[in-house]
Amino acid sequence: MHPRRWTEFAIESLIRVLGLSSIGFVLLIFLFLLKEGLPAFLQVPPENLLGTRWYPTFDLFGTLPLILGSLLVTATAISIALPLGVATAVFVREVAPGWAREVLKPMIEVLAGIPSVVLGFFGMTVLAPLVRETLDAPTGLTAFTGGLVLAYMALPTIISVAEDALDAVPKSYRDAGLAMGATQWQTIWRVVVPAARSGILTAVMLGMGRAIGETMAVMMVTGNAARMPTTIDSLFRPVRTMTATIAAEMGEVARGSTHYHVLFGIGIILFVITFVLNLVAAGAIFKKRRRGGLR
Amino acid sequence: MNDIKIRIENLTYSYGDKVALRDVTMDIPANAITVVFGPAGGGKTTLLRLINRLNDLIEGTRMSGRVLLDGKDIYAPGTDVIDLRRRVGMVFALPLPLPGTIRENVEYGPRLAGIRDPARLEEIVVRSLTQAALWDEVKDRLDTPASALSGGQQQRLCLARSLALEPEVLLLDEPTSGLDPISTGRIEETLFELKQRYTIVLVPHSIQQAARVADYAAFFLMGELVEWQPGDLLFTNPRDRRTEDYITGRFG
Repeated sequence: MHPRRWTEFAIESLIRVLGLSSIGFVLLIFLFLLKEGLPAFLQVPPENLLGTRWYPTFDLFGTLPLILGSLLVTATAISIALPLGVATAVFVREVAPGWAREVLKPMIEVLAGIPSVVLGFFGMTVLAPLVRETLDAPTGLTAFTGGLVLAYMALPTIISVAEDALDAVPKSYRDAGLAMGATQWQTIWRVVVPAARSGILTAVMLGMGRAIGETMAVMMVTGNAARMPTTIDSLFRPVRTMTATIAAEMGEVARGSTHYHVLFGIGIILFVITFVLNLVAAGAIFKKRRRGGLR
Repeated sequence: MNDIKIRIENLTYSYGDKVALRDVTMDIPANAITVVFGPAGGGKTTLLRLINRLNDLIEGTRMSGRVLLDGKDIYAPGTDVIDLRRRVGMVFALPLPLPGTIRENVEYGPRLAGIRDPARLEEIVVRSLTQAALWDEVKDRLDTPASALSGGQQQRLCLARSLALEPEVLLLDEPTSGLDPISTGRIEETLFELKQRYTIVLVPHSIQQAARVADYAAFFLMGELVEWQPGDLLFTNPRDRRTEDYITGRFG
């Protein structure tokens, strides 16, 4: 009896230590981010930090073009990936015959495994020239190109999660729609998709998380010019995102300098934006559930 | 006996290898409540789903025999299935409001059928909810989410939703199985009103309910129609031994 109790105790403690340490690591990373990033907000006056010009060599740390750049590329990516992803999920789950679903689902999930640098390379060598020629622009490295590549990266996640959400809608919902004289399409659109709404929202949030945090592919195809994307044609001009800025400049910055702290500061801003997005999504889902009935 | 609304002829139906209905032949009279009852797995739900072709999308099923609505084979090629389902409404065991408000739920079917005139829709909403005995409880909150209603109210909403299409036939699959006795009583009273205008086929959730509401009753056992005749006869003087055993509670 005794040895048994000992192994039980040992295994339990091991699991507890492992679980707590992974929480600890996340906490430490967060503390490190705060320690390195917060000085930026103290050393650089707010009007400089919120300025429109990013020239670190002249002590101009305007993060606004970077934030807007990230948002522009992400918004473009989502507005392409959302309709495409949901439509594909509906097709795979509701329209395609059984055997096609069995083939399509794993194939789509494999797409998620393509390394982002490969996609970036593809975007740079194939997509960018294509965009340049079609638009007759000076360069094909634009926010739009970045949005396209990111949309492609977010698609497998969105399709896969949205498909699972549709799959979880009970068959009785479809029956209820059909029994009222709705066509299959009307049933899908009015009954099945709304019933899977929270799952689809989760899919979009996951896709968005992937898009806004993506660095490598974006850096390779957006041109990386820190200009304010406020003109109408900004979508088809180069932009620079927060992630690309950190990745590109961290290697050559002097450790402990203002520039160094500002880069970490951008990291904090990125973190806050992602956090707020998730909070909003979770809030929307929660509110929906509170209203009861359909999830 | 009333006119025959639905005639089922030699209907055999199977899901893969599992036979759900075996050579069923029966008539369903108009303007009456026909109760289809028996132990679980007897094919009652399948029978209902075949009357409005709700099983069309299920793969791997086989069917032989005919289902006639007003003398016309509903499985004949060229039948408008959508139109059929508007003529033959169905209410399920689980009340299932659509996402949206009470009004939107009732208006959904008529809107699909192409009715857009607001006055006409309003008239339909009032009539359907009144027929389903729900109007007095919800008339002040038609624009609140349907999911906030209680279970019994949701079920009557589903009934109203079917009635909004003014179907000729109403299929009810254990509509009161999840409800308390008071809500059940309300729905049964509603059915007595409705049978003046509609043909009703009901799968009851208990033998007592079957006996209470049946004008005609059909007893199903393992896919077989054991017997069917007017309700007062079947429940007082069953012809088949198995029916008698079941309604007196000796099995099932």
